[in-house]
Amino acid sequence: MSGDLSELYQQVILDHNKRPRNRGKLPTANRIAHGDNPTCGDQCSVYLRLEPPATPHQPEQISAITFDGSGCAISQASASLMTTLAKGKTAAEFESMFKNFHEIVTTGQAPEEISDLAAFAGVHTFPARIKCATLGWHAALNALKSAATSTLSESLTR
Amino acid sequence: MSPWKNIRADFPILHQQVHGKPLIYLDNAATAQKPRAVIDALVHFYERDNSNVHRGLHALSMRSTDAYETARARLARFINAAATEIIFTRGTTEGINLLAHSLGAKLRPGDVILTTEMEHHSNLVPWQQVARATGATIRYLPVVGADAEGGLDLTQLDQLLTPAVKIFTCTHISNTLGVINPVEELCRRARAVGAISVIDAAQSIGHGPLDVQAIGADFVVFSGHKMCGPTGIGVLYGRREQLESLDPDETGGGMVANVTYESARWKPAPERFEAGTPNIAGAIALGRACDYLDALDRAEIAKHDQSLTGFAYDQLAKIPGIRLLGPTGARSGMVSFAFSDVHAHDIVTFADEDGLALRGGHHCNQPLMRKLGLTGTTRASFYIYNTEAEIEVLVTSLRRILAFFGAG
Repeated sequence: MSGDLSELYQQVILDHNKRPRNRGKLPTANRIAHGDNPTCGDQCSVYLRLEPPATPHQPEQISAITFDGSGCAISQASASLMTTLAKGKTAAEFESMFKNFHEIVTTGQAPEEISDLAAFAGVHTFPARIKCATLGWHAALNALKSAATSTLSESLTR
Repeated sequence: MSPWKNIRADFPILHQQVHGKPLIYLDNAATAQKPRAVIDALVHFYERDNSNVHRGLHALSMRSTDAYETARARLARFINAAATEIIFTRGTTEGINLLAHSLGAKLRPGDVILTTEMEHHSNLVPWQQVARATGATIRYLPVVGADAEGGLDLTQLDQLLTPAVKIFTCTHISNTLGVINPVEELCRRARAVGAISVIDAAQSIGHGPLDVQAIGADFVVFSGHKMCGPTGIGVLYGRREQLESLDPDETGGGMVANVTYESARWKPAPERFEAGTPNIAGAIALGRACDYLDALDRAEIAKHDQSLTGFAYDQLAKIPGIRLLGPTGARSGMVSFAFSDVHAHDIVTFADEDGLALRGGHHCNQPLMRKLGLTGTTRASFYIYNTEAEIEVLVTSLRRILAFFGAG
């Protein structure tokens, strides 16, 4: 197997693909969004609960988040990992984390040491797979922006 | 010497390495590679004859007009039609859209467009749009079997093919299943209820003999690039009496007999349907592709397809956990398959490292995929230059991929 390929399919990605975390519907969700990757037909739905934190006058936080759908190892692992990192974050914090993630998958450079997200650095040498890696994230961003259930058709332009 | 003997030498693109491995091109259902003769025809035109057609009286314009019309006659001979029945288009999609708009304009609420569950999006979405605009209804001839192994359910024809059906359209060969549909029978049945028949021949045109008279269709559409021709050129065949009563979809220069500030009169077919400057070089090179395929003998091409696909099917069927779609018997040059644990995209990325060009996804067949409980498949599609040795590399590569993902 080539270096690029083993760089793409890191152990952490294979692990999340095989044993996805937070998979399924979330009965208590108050924000839902759906993402399509029109190139391959992959789908990802994100369910999350946004609620005020214990401390008053603070912005709402993601108290729970799940995903389901079908897709390749990259899209499934990315969505799974995303749910593990999103819990407890505000919408602004999540967006900033996505910016870092996007930087990693498009340039291969991690802006700072940020946990398992760096495992996706190998994606940048496979530009056709960037949409796979960001599918669940786009669904989550859309869920955060929505007031109720909404549908997202992920833009082809990244 | 048989033109088959050194066939790979005719295709310059095949002689390259991808990721350090010899290229094995198995994405022919998406587009086929071009022989030297077709590439030379394009170069020759632009170096020697480039000029607009049907407009100039100078030497170059007469040469290019002559070459363009010779290509039309060549395409007509290729499918057993008359030259006046050949309309050059950009490809299958444009041909179907032209028909959907022009035939569709005559539909009324209550009319039915009958198609099948295995159509490519290009032979589905334009009809959906027309149905929406006119109030007509689309009905679908179902596909039989959990893996679509039974092809079309012809037992439902009696019930579905009623006099309300004004347009019947169907693919000749499915781009996902490889199944060859009995288009002769289907067109005959459609004609019996007074429906106009439209056959999508995108996947069949380069893979064997095709005779529009034998098929008996009113319209047949195909692309040049799947039969060794360039991209951006295709053909809409229309039976003469059908073309005469068909309005153009696009209007402009080249298709008008007379224009005043108030109105315009159309030229007869085929010019009526070719507004604007056509893809002249593409049409000429497509004519050359006809020569190339006929030299190989299209019956031999079909035999090569069958034998290679049979070999691939047998080898792939030995892989544990593989789900093969489509018929087990006669099929065109492709095999579509899926695994429960490994996604098509991951397979295609891995196989690419072995020099294999495969297609992974829904193949513009989303409703069919959904019906079969899939989001996508991996497809290996073959053409005249592929070999059994290449299929063996595919099988070895697949086994390695499955082992990596701990499946199979």
